[in-house]
Amino acid sequence: MKRQKPWLSVLFWTLISFVTLFPIYWLFVISVKPTVDLFSTPEVILKSFYWQNYVDVLTDSTLRRYMMNSLIISTGNAFLVTTLGFLACYALSRFDLPGKESIFFWTITNRMAPPAVFLLPLFLLLTQVYRIGDFSLADTRIGMILVYCTFNLPFAIWTLRPTIDGIPKELDEAAFIDGASPWKIITEVIFPLARPGLAVTLILTWVFAWNEYLLAATLTNFNARTLTTGLSEYVTTTGTAWGVMAAISVITLIPALIVFSMVQRHIVAGLTFGAVKG
Amino acid sequence: MRSNKLGWMLLAPTLVILGLFGVVPFIYVLWVSFHQWNPFAANPEMIANGADNFRQLVFDTGFLSSLSVTLAFVFFAVTSELILGYALAQAFMKDFPGKAFFRTIHTLPLIMAPIIVGSIWKLMTTPSIGIIPDLLDSWFGYDLNIGQSAVAAFVTTVVMDIWHWTPLVTLSLIAALVALPADPFEQAQIDGASKRQIFWHITLPMIRPAIVATVFIRLMDALRVVDEVLMLTGGGPGSATRYIGVHIFREVFPRTNYGYGSAVSVVVLYITILVCWLLYVGLIAPRNNKA
Repeated sequence: MKRQKPWLSVLFWTLISFVTLFPIYWLFVISVKPTVDLFSTPEVILKSFYWQNYVDVLTDSTLRRYMMNSLIISTGNAFLVTTLGFLACYALSRFDLPGKESIFFWTITNRMAPPAVFLLPLFLLLTQVYRIGDFSLADTRIGMILVYCTFNLPFAIWTLRPTIDGIPKELDEAAFIDGASPWKIITEVIFPLARPGLAVTLILTWVFAWNEYLLAATLTNFNARTLTTGLSEYVTTTGTAWGVMAAISVITLIPALIVFSMVQRHIVAGLTFGAVKG
Repeated sequence: MRSNKLGWMLLAPTLVILGLFGVVPFIYVLWVSFHQWNPFAANPEMIANGADNFRQLVFDTGFLSSLSVTLAFVFFAVTSELILGYALAQAFMKDFPGKAFFRTIHTLPLIMAPIIVGSIWKLMTTPSIGIIPDLLDSWFGYDLNIGQSAVAAFVTTVVMDIWHWTPLVTLSLIAALVALPADPFEQAQIDGASKRQIFWHITLPMIRPAIVATVFIRLMDALRVVDEVLMLTGGGPGSATRYIGVHIFREVFPRTNYGYGSAVSVVVLYITILVCWLLYVGLIAPRNNKA
């Protein structure tokens, strides 16, 4: 019917892939060059590797603390939102709650709103209102874990809903008749069946929390600062340390790349809230 | 079968957290926006001042210019992404070896942190470090300097956004094109329809839901772009790329003028809702009525 020229397509997509990959490769190139080499004519081919930038980053105690914070906040947040999202989806799927579809839709509006709008109110609430005695949530890891729920919890609920809805109701009804408690039904009947969906949700929410910058930059100033804010600090201080900045970027990128290789097929469906099957 | 009490109990933690960190801030920002409040001013008290903040906002040139560059950015970025993404999706529909591999590479930018994307493009475009100014200079004799030229900075942010998000459009539209039935296309070809006729009268109407959903998601994300622009240009030169999120982060937030800052936040939220509503009325609602 149509004249097919497969090699033309391969050539075209090789070109497109080059456009996609080259900027990432360039990041790596800068990260393994000493500063003195940066200001000569840009060279695409690497002749030698200069690892000192990475050594500098990994031995910097401040950056190590930022890394630890990023790790704790994104892991804590991912487990929290996946658990809460799982329970919420079970409630939305199995109970006849009045107005539950409105609640379901309302959750996503929390994610739609531009985060910049919430910088000021969240800052004020965290520093002045949400406090018990001397303890305020501002600049704490637990505070950031809770704040990140605003975008990750709706995501978890929207990606888990089809999974839970897809588990036949007959299964938990049978278990109920056998005398299983609701808790047992959730943990021993639903949970094992929902596990693949939960894993994808956990991984994607982890990446979103790991990647977040804006809220971390405004709501933390010392104790709970994350790696992404560390990156921007390296730009604003006088005279950008380009090599170090590139090295931090690569280090921040690596977990996302690992995650990418695990859930590549689910990313598009995830980013479009299942409007598009990936 | 079971009492709803358990259902509400399972839902409660979600409602409490989203309430405390989603709804309360929304109400709080609305309340503060009707007050004069600057803790570091001569009078640090919170004083109700009616709609004064909003009145001030209408004449705030910084805010208005930020709003107009944001809309320009959103328009150019989303339109280019849609056209490019559709072209790439069509190019993907042919049979060729290595499809899965190319698809995987194309997905890569989607998972990257916006701030890393900003850092990558900063390293690509900063004069004497990046390769792009070097190539443009030797090929066309054009001197790209995003630190000085407003147009260059604006275009670079748009290109960066295209690089980051076109894959989402492409992959969404591939999914839509793959799901299309073959019959109407074969029939049209037998009837002698031209390629253009097939596109306008068959392909486009059939993948319209996917296009609308994709544009909706891209539009919302482009409206709130901050991290990557902050990293790439910092909003400059001047206010050329000071998109609304960047404006709030760099100008409004540090000024500690909480009442006025809240008013800005409220208006930005309102504009976001308005744009999405216009899109809904213009694109989604007519389709539902027809069906």
